[in-house]
Amino acid sequence: MPVETWLIFTLGFMIFGSIVALELKDILSSIIAIGVVGLGVSMSFLFLQAPDLAIVQFLFEIFALIILVRAFIGKENHQLEASPTNRILTVIGILAVLVLFIVSIPVFKLLPPFGEPLMNVSQHYLDAGATETGAANLVASVILDYRAYDTLGEVTVLFAAILGVFAILRSTAKHKAAGGSHE
Amino acid sequence: MTVYLLCFALFLVGLYGVLAKRDLIKIILSIGIMGYAANLFLILFGYKRGATFPILTGANPGPMVDPLPQALVLTSIVIELGTTALLVALVVRLFQKYGTFDIAKIRRLRG
Repeated sequence: MPVETWLIFTLGFMIFGSIVALELKDILSSIIAIGVVGLGVSMSFLFLQAPDLAIVQFLFEIFALIILVRAFIGKENHQLEASPTNRILTVIGILAVLVLFIVSIPVFKLLPPFGEPLMNVSQHYLDAGATETGAANLVASVILDYRAYDTLGEVTVLFAAILGVFAILRSTAKHKAAGGSHE
Repeated sequence: MTVYLLCFALFLVGLYGVLAKRDLIKIILSIGIMGYAANLFLILFGYKRGATFPILTGANPGPMVDPLPQALVLTSIVIELGTTALLVALVVRLFQKYGTFDIAKIRRLRG
């Protein structure tokens, strides 16, 4: 079976799962539905010959599920009451998304067809990667050698995000006496 | 082209969630869906028909798929985890202050 058939199946499954996750009332069910969508992404990476990405996506799924469940479980007293504004917003949202989809179809016709990438730069990585870096895994040779500054930037962003989490979740102010506010 | 369009449809489902939902948790999940679709689109774009994964196993390798989008998407997935954690922290803090997840009720942006 060609790879497109598998991809169309998994993509349809993921779209269905996303709609289910967005429309369910129970928040735990929708978090689990998002986890299923992420596992669909992981499976698609396997079909597209990217085993490293499949493993990383799987780990991301597990961590995201733990974070979301830990943060939001037990806070289910937030049943939003239906209002006419809500229904208008839904209709406007669906219309906007449909218009965007129809308008963007010509753009996708301009792209190179599926299965025939351009590969101007990466052909050099494939040809010379093993001799220049000595790594058998060419993805590792790209992230750790050719584009190592990109990885450094990634770690910096991750560090900044973790610092932000601690700054937001800190419950007491650090210099109470020095600041002017008494809250 | 069908797979590209389906992937874009997945992105648009996330965009719809950001536009039309009032629940902050649903908005976080929608941003996650948009991230999945963007990552998957880059990998779809680098796929070569009949090629194998870019890991050298023998002396004479056949055609291999593009390793560059795979490396950059690997970076992107890890950053997405940090972003999700930051969003969750913000929403938990908002819940402590206002007692609700409804963005229509979180209006008083004063200290």
